[in-house]
Amino acid sequence: MNKIVEKEHFSENVVRLEIEAPRIAKARRAGHFVIVKVGETGERIPLTIAAANPERGTITLVIQKVGVSSRRITDLNVGDELTDLVGPLGEATHIEKVGTVLACGGGVGVAPLLPIVEALKKAGNRVVTILAARTKDLVILEEQIAEYSDEVIIMTDDGSYGKKGLITDGMKEVMEREKVDEAVVIGPAIMMKFAALTTKEYNVPTVASLNTIMVDGTGMCGACRITVGGKTKFVCVDGPEFDAHQVDFDEMLLRLNGYKEIEKGAEQQYLKSKDK
Amino acid sequence: TALKRVHMGEVAPNERVKSNVEVNTGLTADEAIDEARRCLDCPDPTCITGCPVEINIPKFIKRIELGEFLDAARVLKETSALPAVCGRVCPQEKQCEAKCFYQVKMQKEPVAIGYLERFAADYERESGQISVPEVAAPNGIKVAVIGSGPAGLTFAGDMAKHGYDVTVFEALHQIGGVLKYGIPEFRLPNSIVDVEIDNLKKMGVKFETNFIVGRTATIEDLKEEGFQGFFTGSGAGLPRFMNIPGENYIGILSSNEYLTRVNLMDAANPATDTPIISGKNVAVIGGGNTAMDSVRTAKRLGADRAMIIYRRSMEEMPARVEEIKHAQEEGIEFMTLTNPVEYFADETGRVSKVRVQKMELGEPDASGRRRPVPMEGSEYDIEVDTVVVSVGVSPNPLIPSSLPQLETTRWGTIVVDEEKLQTSIPEMFAGGDIVRGGATVILAMGDGRNAAASMHNYLQDKLNP
Ligand SMILES: Cc1cc2nc3c(=O)[nH]c(=O)nc-3n(C[C@H](O)[C@H](O)[C@H](O)COP(=O)(O)OP(=O)(O)OC[C@H]3O[C@@H](n4cnc5c(N)ncnc54)[C@H](O)[C@@H]3O)c2cc1C
Ligand SMILES: Cc1cc2nc3c(=O)[nH]c(=O)nc-3n(C[C@H](O)[C@H](O)[C@H](O)COP(=O)(O)OP(=O)(O)OC[C@H]3O[C@@H](n4cnc5c(N)ncnc54)[C@H](O)[C@@H]3O)c2cc1C
Ligand code: SF4
Ligand code: SF4
Ligand code: FES
Repeated sequence: MNKIVEKEHFSENVVRLEIEAPRIAKARRAGHFVIVKVGETGERIPLTIAAANPERGTITLVIQKVGVSSRRITDLNVGDELTDLVGPLGEATHIEKVGTVLACGGGVGVAPLLPIVEALKKAGNRVVTILAARTKDLVILEEQIAEYSDEVIIMTDDGSYGKKGLITDGMKEVMEREKVDEAVVIGPAIMMKFAALTTKEYNVPTVASLNTIMVDGTGMCGACRITVGGKTKFVCVDGPEFDAHQVDFDEMLLRLNGYKEIEKGAEQQYLKSKDK
Repeated sequence: TALKRVHMGEVAPNERVKSNVEVNTGLTADEAIDEARRCLDCPDPTCITGCPVEINIPKFIKRIELGEFLDAARVLKETSALPAVCGRVCPQEKQCEAKCFYQVKMQKEPVAIGYLERFAADYERESGQISVPEVAAPNGIKVAVIGSGPAGLTFAGDMAKHGYDVTVFEALHQIGGVLKYGIPEFRLPNSIVDVEIDNLKKMGVKFETNFIVGRTATIEDLKEEGFQGFFTGSGAGLPRFMNIPGENYIGILSSNEYLTRVNLMDAANPATDTPIISGKNVAVIGGGNTAMDSVRTAKRLGADRAMIIYRRSMEEMPARVEEIKHAQEEGIEFMTLTNPVEYFADETGRVSKVRVQKMELGEPDASGRRRPVPMEGSEYDIEVDTVVVSVGVSPNPLIPSSLPQLETTRWGTIVVDEEKLQTSIPEMFAGGDIVRGGATVILAMGDGRNAAASMHNYLQDKLNP
């Protein structure tokens, strides 16, 4: 069960895994995620289904190493099995033909963006995608994204690839030059916060896919809660996508750091145990 | 009958708060026999009317009195699938024991029915001679159980006895529902639940964890795979919050999250990856079993101050009497007639203070309990670094939201025929918290049992007209 059939390194810290999960491959839609746990003492963490192959019965996850659990998963190899895998979870993306969509992915956020870009394109939209990363090596999935985009703009902080600048610079350029009917932004919370502020200036309706801390992923614990339009929402069942202009990103940024100290310790311990 | 009610042995409070050891140590055989002698074997045993599944109480107690402990366990199992669990967690003081002749007619302490039930069930388990119920020859009919809490497990056992091919689907990675992720080890050790699950496996029941019906596969998918009957025991879900200012600060969590981290994910154990922050000053909001379990967990995780903040008075507190007593012995502070109104945080967003308001009791409300009314100008602040909100849960929305044609109430519970427990979808039956809102283990089990009997009739009528 849940056997890894392919593994690929996009960069030192970003890994793609293709995993046997026939039921999930068949049931999932763009926007869905899974909860994964590695080892009996592992933690349950959410990961977006970046792609699925129902014929082959597999799903694809793209994982960035940020702490102990993401490292445990990316340290697995072809033939290994995930201890627990459950899904698909969350509400699927609402896909509609709206005209021109500006899709913005920052860092590993490009992975969850991929199925959405694909679905938007197939629904007949003109899709302009901006991929942003700190530096050239961190740009991922460019080819796959290009397949479903009318135009791909790459932005790097250091200018080592594509244009030099932040994702918001690229977004402004597009919104200045043409009418954008909708934007989708996925990436680190801080990026989504500023991307949402940018599209607000241009009055472009915007969807953000939120990556809060989760435990069960089924609406049972409330760990994932955030404030949207003044109301408390559970990201795992009400989301993960919300109207970006209504999300309280500052609160989300604080909540993401709730376990930072402990997590850092756990990661260092894990790295040490691997060295031995 | 001058005999006094037996006293249950307990691990000393200052010892037990250092670990997860079970608080109640159980009765010895002699203690059990002595207590059993107190039972008057009433010709009209009113105690039975207090038990939601009508266990034949005098009959099993008689067996204990005679020293036939395995027989006593067998009597229990005629009606209850999980006697070792119910003996520990039933609110006996409101159920069977409340209706005991001693209590009703003599104003004396009732027979310790719960302790005796636990004794017989534990004796059987520890004897290694646990009886696996006989199952009928396989009839080849596939039925699906959604959720592995007490309702689902009881239903599965009864259907297996009738010869059905039963599969239990569970969303989480462990079997047992609230018995595993909610009720702590110091009250209900997991090993006891596991024995019951093993028994079901021996009876041929199959379990699929990490499987969310309605998501991983729909009811339609399962029908295509040959399932002909469905029982939904999907329990309670969404935790409620109070919607007061500051409630989303770091360090404020639902009791579901707190207990799940500790019980399901074993977060307090440094060898596991799931983190938990349990502070020095922990406030738990609420007065039910869930609140009591959370506050006593906080104490065990090292809190200096572990407090219950409850808006009514001690008398109205819904938790089991024994849990309140144990909590008091463990040094839990009870702030009753007190209600939080706002939270404050430090510069990192972590909760640092809760502002509370005193309450007084007014006229009785719909539940018959006197309604708490805020006292103006009585606010004051308490320093806290962790807050556990335990003010109730709503029914799990996963099944209703994936089945629009399923009839539900406006509270989100599934509508069933009261007797048959059949839903508006004829081949689907339901029971436990998803039907009752918040209830008890024994009521969930009773539902599982009744639903199995009705589904058996329904399928037999349908398949052999
Ligand atoms: C719906 C959803 C979909 C997701 N999809 C993906 C995905 O496809 N690929 C992927 O790599 N990650 C994804 N994430 C994020 C992923 O779940 C976290 O990176 C992971 O839980 C971190 O666990 P850890 O133990 O490795 O790190 P931790 O030790 O928990 O965290 C290490 C550090 O990373 C930061 N961090 C923790 N969680 C997050 C987070 N959710 N977002 C941003 N920073 C965080 C914290 O500041 C922390 O200090 C998703 C999250 C959600 C909620
Ligand atoms: C902390 C706590 C303490 C309690 N203490 C007591 C006590 O002392 N005495 C007492 O009598 N009662 C107590 N209760 C109440 C009692 O536990 C519940 O009434 C009882 O567990 C309800 O049983 P259930 O079978 O309906 O559901 P649950 O035990 O809630 O189990 C439901 C299961 O279904 C799963 N599920 C949900 N949806 C799906 C789906 N779509 N697909 C697959 N699986 C699904 C869930 O993951 C869960 O495991 C307590 C409850 C809590 C939370
Ligand atoms: S199941 Fe509960 S209510 Fe019934 S006899 Fe046992 S302890 Fe009492
Ligand atoms: S009512 Fe009390 S004394 Fe009478 S049979 Fe029941 S348990 Fe025994
Ligand atoms: S992760 Fe538990 S409710 Fe969303």
